[in-house]
Parts: sequence; C-alpha cells; structure tokens
Amino acid sequence: MTMIGTATPRRKVQWSLLDLAVVIYALVPVLWIVSLSFKTKETLNDGNFIPRSWTLQSYIDIFQTTEFLRALVNSIGIALISTLIAVVIGTMAAYAVARLEFPGKRLLIGVSLLVAMFPQVSLVSPLFEIERALGLFDTWPGLILPYVTFGLPLAIYTLSAFFKEIPWELEKAAKMDGATPAQAFRRVIAPLAAPGVFTTAILVFILTWNDFLFAISLTSTEASRTVPAALSFFTGASQFEDPTGTISAAAVVITIPIIVFVLFFQRRIVAGLTSGAVKG
Amino acid sequence: MTAEVGTTAPAAGTEQPPGKRALSEGKRAERKLAFWLCAPAAIVMLAVTAWPIIYSIWLSLQRYDLRFPAETEFVGLENYITVLSSPYWWTSFGVTVFLTAISVAIEFVLGFALALIMHRTIVARGLIRTVALIPYGIVTVVAAFSWRYAFTPDTGYLAQLIAPDSALLTERLPAFSIIIVAEVWKTTPFMALLLMAGLALVPDDLLKAASVDGAGPWKRFIKVIVPVMKPAILVAVLFRMLDAFRIFDNIFVLTQGAQQTGSVSVSTYNNLIKGLNLGIGSTMSVLIFITVAIIAFIFVKGFGTAAPGSDDGGKR
Amino acid sequence: MAEIVLDKVTKRYPDGALAASEVDIDIADGEFIILVGPSGCGKSTTLNMIAGLEDISSGELRIGGARMNEKAPKDRDIAMVFQSYALYPHMSVRENMAFPLRLAKVDDREVREKVDEAATILDLTNHLDRKPSNLSGGQRQRVAMGRAIVRSPKAFLMDEPLSNLDAKLRVQMRTSVSKLQKQLGTTTVYVTHDQTEAMTLGDRVVVLRGGYVQQVGSPQFLYEQPANLFVAGFIGSPSMNFFPASLADNRLNTPLGEVELTDRVRRLLEGKDAPREVIAGVRPEHFEDAGLLDEPTRSGGATFRAKVDVLESMGSDKYAYFTVEGEQAVSSELEELAADAGATEVPETGSQVVTRLSAASTATEGGTTELWFDRDKVELFDPSSGVNLTYSG
Repeated sequence: MTMIGTATPRRKVQWSLLDLAVVIYALVPVLWIVSLSFKTKETLNDGNFIPRSWTLQSYIDIFQTTEFLRALVNSIGIALISTLIAVVIGTMAAYAVARLEFPGKRLLIGVSLLVAMFPQVSLVSPLFEIERALGLFDTWPGLILPYVTFGLPLAIYTLSAFFKEIPWELEKAAKMDGATPAQAFRRVIAPLAAPGVFTTAILVFILTWNDFLFAISLTSTEASRTVPAALSFFTGASQFEDPTGTISAAAVVITIPIIVFVLFFQRRIVAGLTSGAVKG
Repeated sequence: MTAEVGTTAPAAGTEQPPGKRALSEGKRAERKLAFWLCAPAAIVMLAVTAWPIIYSIWLSLQRYDLRFPAETEFVGLENYITVLSSPYWWTSFGVTVFLTAISVAIEFVLGFALALIMHRTIVARGLIRTVALIPYGIVTVVAAFSWRYAFTPDTGYLAQLIAPDSALLTERLPAFSIIIVAEVWKTTPFMALLLMAGLALVPDDLLKAASVDGAGPWKRFIKVIVPVMKPAILVAVLFRMLDAFRIFDNIFVLTQGAQQTGSVSVSTYNNLIKGLNLGIGSTMSVLIFITVAIIAFIFVKGFGTAAPGSDDGGKR
Repeated sequence: MAEIVLDKVTKRYPDGALAASEVDIDIADGEFIILVGPSGCGKSTTLNMIAGLEDISSGELRIGGARMNEKAPKDRDIAMVFQSYALYPHMSVRENMAFPLRLAKVDDREVREKVDEAATILDLTNHLDRKPSNLSGGQRQRVAMGRAIVRSPKAFLMDEPLSNLDAKLRVQMRTSVSKLQKQLGTTTVYVTHDQTEAMTLGDRVVVLRGGYVQQVGSPQFLYEQPANLFVAGFIGSPSMNFFPASLADNRLNTPLGEVELTDRVRRLLEGKDAPREVIAGVRPEHFEDAGLLDEPTRSGGATFRAKVDVLESMGSDKYAYFTVEGEQAVSSELEELAADAGATEVPETGSQVVTRLSAASTATEGGTTELWFDRDKVELFDPSSGVNLTYSG
C-alpha cells in the first residue's frame, strides 16, 4: 500500500520479496506433484521435495493402461464438446442480453445467476435417476448436459460484458448499410466478439476440465469416466503397486493444458474472470 | 421463462390508441431475434436444473431405495424427519458451515493481500498475475492429491517437516486443517482477482486526496479503499461462500469424509452411491438447495449485493 | 435519389418525453438540408427516425413518395455517416466500403469498380488495404463518407460527421463535403450543433428547439429574417446582442440611447400589436466606430459613447466588448441559448455587448470610444412570445 510507485531500489527489493512469496505459494504444490511423477519407485517414499533419481517410468506406465488413455480421451472429448455447445448457446444469449431490448431479459439474467450459484450436489441424486431412465447414465451426453448447464452462466456473463464494450454505433451502421439484425450479428459483432468468445471458451473449458462431482456420480465405467474421476480409482499398473507415481504422472498430464492456457492467455483470463464481477 | 419471453408486452406510450401498437418491423424483428437467441440457453439451464430440482422434491417425499425398489411409496415428510433428526446430517452440516466460514475468512485476508500485490507491485506484474492464476486453473483433484501426498507419512515433504511420526490425515483436527489449506490454496487467487477488479475502481486521486488530508496507509485502506470497494467485496465473498458450501473434491480425495470430516456434499454423494437411497439423497439435495438459497437471499437483501450483470447495462 | 417528406413526425418516448413534435419538413430531391440546434433539441432523434433507427410515434415519413414508417433501415435505401464514423475495426478500408454492396449481393467485379471509384473521389486509393485503426481522423472520416457513397443511395444522413476533427481539418472537410454533395447531387440531411457548419453547408437550414421546428430557410434568410429570438440568437457568430427596450411614438428607447425607428421598421411593426416593452437585437457587425463614418451614413444610425472593456484585434476586424449597466433582456429563449453557450457558468452584472469594428478603428482597451449602430438593422422581439416583430417573411 505505498502511494505513488517510485521505483527506488529498496522498494524494488521489497516488492521482489513479496512477489517471490506469491510464486512459492502458487508453485510449490504443483512442483511437488511434478516431482512425485518423476521419482523412481525406490525413492517415491523418501519424502524429498526434489527427486534423487529421475525416471519417466510413471508416464510410460499410464500411457500403457487403457484406463488412463480412455479417461484422457473422455476428458478431452467431453470438455471440448461441452465448451463448444456452451459457448455457442451462450454467445447467442449474451448478444441478446447486451444488445437487444426484449421483455424477459432480467429473468434470463436471474436464472443464469441462480444456476451459477446452484449447489451441484443437489442435482446429483435427481440427475442420477433421470439419466438412468433416459439411458444417458455413463455416457458422454450424460456429462455434457450438466457441464453445458453450469458453463452457460459463466459464458453469458463474460460474453455479455465483452459485448457491451463493442461500440453500439457499429450495429446501427451495419443496419444502415443494409444488414438485417441477424446479419449485423454475424458480420459485424461476431468477428469483433471473437477474442471475448475465445476467452470465454478457455474459462468454460477450465470449469469443465475441473469437474469431479458429476464425473464420479454420473459415470460407472471407462465409457465416460474423465481423468479426475479415474484418478480416484487408479490402482497403478498392477493391483498391488503403490499408485502414487502413476496418479502423479496422470495429474501432471491433465495440468499441462491449464498451464498452457495460463501462460499464453493470462491477460484474457484475468479480463474474462473480472469482467462480469466488477460492476456492483 | 419461455412463456415470459414469448409475450410481447409493448412499452407503449400513454397516448396510443387502444388496441395493439404497431411496432415497426425493426423492433419486432429485434424481439423475435432476442427470443430465438435466448431460447436454447434458457431451455438447457431450466431442463438441467429446474426439472431435476422439482423432481428431487418429488423424490424426497417418497420412500425410494434402489436396493428395495418394491417398497417405493409416498411418505410425505418422513424423509425430512429422518434426515433432520439424524446426527449424521447435522455433523456434516456443521462441518460444512465450519469449513466454509474458516476458509472464506482466511481467503478474504490472503486474497486481499494477493490482490494488493498483483495490483501494486512494481516488479514483474505480468509474471505475478500469471503465476497466481495457476491455483485457479489447476484441477482441484490434482491439487488435492498433491496435498494428500505431501501429508502422507514417509512420502510427503510436509509430513516429514511437521509431524514425522503421525498420520495427520487420519486425525480429525489436523485433517480439517489440511482440507482448509487445500481449499484456501486453490481458491484464494479467484477471490484475489475479484478484489483486484474492485481495487482498480478506486481512483488514484482519491488516495492522493486522502493522504494529503493526513491519512496514513492503514487509514487509507480502512476509510477509503474498503468502503469504495464494498460492492466488489460483497460479490467476491458471496460467490466464494456459495462455492465453499459445495466443497466436495478436496474432502473426497483427502479423507473420503472419514473421521467425521464429510461435508453435506460428501454425505449426499455417499448416500446416493454407497447407500443407493434416492429418497434420503433427494431430501438432502433439497435441504442443501434451501440453505444456499437462504445464504444468497441474506446477502442480496441484507447487504444489497448486486449480482454481476444485474445492472441493466444493456441500455443504449 | 429522392425527396424526403416529414409530415407531422412526432417522437414521444414511453416515459412521455417529447423528443420531436410534429416536425414538418419537405426536402427536395438533391437538396442539402441542415438540422441544427443545441443539444437535446431533437435533431438527432429526427435524423434517426428518417434512418429507421428509431420508431416514429406519429406522423408520416415518405421517401420518394413511399411511406417508410414501418420499413427497416435496410429497406429504406439510405446511407448514414456517424459522428464516431462507426468503421468496422476488423475490416480493411476496402472491406468497409464494400460492406453495403456485399450485403446487397452485388457481384464482385462491380463491388471492386465502385469501391475504386469512391476511393478515387475521396483520395483513399493508397489506403484501401489498411485497417481503420491505422488511419488519421480525417482519413477515417473519408472512409465513412466512402462507405455511404458506394451504393448510390437515395439519400445521405450525416450525424455531426465533422465534430471529431480538429478545428483546421474541420474547415477543410467542410468544403469537401459540400463539393462532394454538389458533385453527386444526392439528397442530404446533415445534423450539427455548429451554426457555422449550418450556415456554410446547407441549401436550407432547419432550426430546432426542444423538439419543435423554429424556422426553415436558406442560411441568408435565417440570418436576415430570424422568426424569433431563439433563431436570432442561434444563427450568426458572434451572436446578436439583446437589450431591453421600450417603444413610444415611433421612437425606441434602448440602453444605448433613444433612436427614431426607420420607415421600414415602422411599416413592419404596423398591425402587429407590438407591446410597449420589447427586446431589441443588434448584430455585432451592425456596429461601427463612429469616427470612421461619413455624415450620410452616420445619420442612418445612432451614436453613443462606451468604455471598451476588451478589444480583440483579428487583423481584418476588431472586436470591441463593452458592458451595458442595468437590467438584461430576459426571456426563456435567451436563457436556453446562454445555457447552451455555457454563459451561465460566468457570473456577470449588466449585459456584455460585442461589436465588430473595422480594422481602422482607433478604439483602445479601457478607453472610451464613440460607437454607431445601424438603426435600420435593429430587430425587435416580443419578450413573452419571442416572436420577431420586425419579421417580414
């Protein structure tokens, strides 16, 4: 809480130390799981933060089990499809919320807010029953449905905030240039909104990629179990092996996309996460 | 919802002749477009939340155990009596409230500190923001495993450091502490981001004026920054409280709810998957839903928290 | 190309606010017409109603003889230039200009030809592949014009198209807009709050105030024959000076002295049932340094002595400011004009008078000078209604 940030060397050192604390805070648990994934079986339980001997064996092991490969395919497929659907539907609704006048707008906003705050566990029992009745239990659509639902409020908020920043006159200009409202959307607003849509897609993907509760409640076999759910059923290469190494390796694998997103799109993610929430 | 969207309630002027006001083609096209654009989102959200919650209210009034499907019958509020008089429920309810309160309190303090660092640091601001996003983005289960192994005797670096001779995760209070550490680590950056957005709204001139008026750093924080940020703070705390109340992943991985560390979400899940008792499970679902609704209601009415997006910002 | 007719066009918002009231304007084919007035006068609302961007509450809009009220903007075949230019930032200059043609499903070869033609007219040929963000303000403005002209619409609507340019460029662009319009001969409706633009650009000017049309006419006519106080104060720069005055026996008593009415003024006042107390208006350019005038001219006006507060030498002219003590002329119209000019922000006693004198004037700041004004150019207004009592049109 210094006032005007004159960068004296002393200040710089102080800030550097604080920054360092943040870096340690954020990275240590991640580095720990990375470290575990590279440890050899013999050193796995030595409690050292840095491995004494390194091996790729855990990674080789997991990629040889169908259990992990299948879960990885499920995770990627389900997350991508859910993100795609949520973003497409959400873009349409957000455009209406940000740009059009229509009765029922507040209701739509209210409903999405309710869904955003909805305790997912309340859905576990009824969805379990409904999906069994509909034959959706333990299928991809069975997970995609709730993921789209919980991705939608996030998508609608983030996107409508982005849409509101697009200059309104452009749409008028498009109408004057002979566009129908739908053409104005497709040819003028949509290309301008693309960065916002992309950011939203990342956020929804992270949300979906992260889910555990639905993944273990609405699946029962490898057919649709995603990696987070599969992790908790991991037994290692054989029943009698300690799964720590393989779980760690699998955990690192599904962390990679997150790290990539964060590294390359930090600005966008921060903007996206805060855009909907700033206005009080 | 859909019916509401469909009705065209013209915002007619007072002088309009009786009967339908002729909306111009443009206006009508706009409403039609809005309806079609919103319909899919509204239908999906309602189909996957409203229908199941109504269905679960119906289920909660039945005796319905998948192991004994023949005994299914309407029992009124019997399930509610069973759940609400069960110490099992109240324990997990107490655990959830306890975990929510403690972790949100810690997150708020840490989150504010992190927000100030991210907002004000003069060294490597981009790097700090990037790094702080990692806990937010990482899969909760992955982080939970990291914490679990860190505290596993022999295997974990923290176990060796803190209590080499005991299995912390098998004792109730240490287990709680670890659950809280895991929860706080993962969600503090999100809180910090929301608070940082609020910080950005505090005008620099206001802080300069306050310091010219003789306010020190602490006074400036308490008297200027916090009041100006109040809306952002309330939104951040509300979001995190509702989110913390659903805590599941961390507990599941760290303790599986053993030693009475299970939250309401864990209990509901166990009841469903292990007990296969849909009647009781649905009753718990409804009770959790009501609790969350009450928290949200208190915030919105009591503190005047405006929901993000609820400002009718779409005006021209 | 077509004529545009506004027939008692009214815009009333749901909350009851009246943005435009029974606006009647007949715009001839090929005419350049200006809607001018202070902010909130309804000029932009009127333009948006012509464009189809806002609904018409009552009355009828006809373009080329056909009723347009219910037509969507795209079906009206008119182009618009926006204050912010509203260029599509993701499209190049060429794509921006081609956009209306593409929407109209014109074939590629014709699109290319028309865009190239427009680019030549507007001197944009070298910038066709650039994005709007890489252009200067003047270039962006020209792209906006280009996008409007490519599809040869029935009419152009321009919403303060020059107000985002700096002063010098605005003068340049003003002449090129005028030339372009003459060259294309397309009916143009142009909204501005700048009376200089209104005077220099338009074939005819429509002055609006609070949603009501005050007067329609050529710039020269509005300058010489303002229908009321509002138009008199709004048109002309610097603005007309107003004084409280009283009429008795064909003589006018003003704070600048008593003058005899000229025959012309007397005739105009006849049968108008003029009140005793009036507001007199004299334009700055109808004053002169009395020392520079020959006797015949001098006798055509009245002389008085005034202490010059501020003297601004413009090279070609000198502006002398002095203060008339006593009450100011009061009317709601003058108050609105003053508020629009921001004059209410400055505390003042008495009323300030602006005069435009020849460069040869010997007036000095702080010194007392003998000044003269033309009796025949005095305009008299009814303080309660604002009506010009010397209006002959």
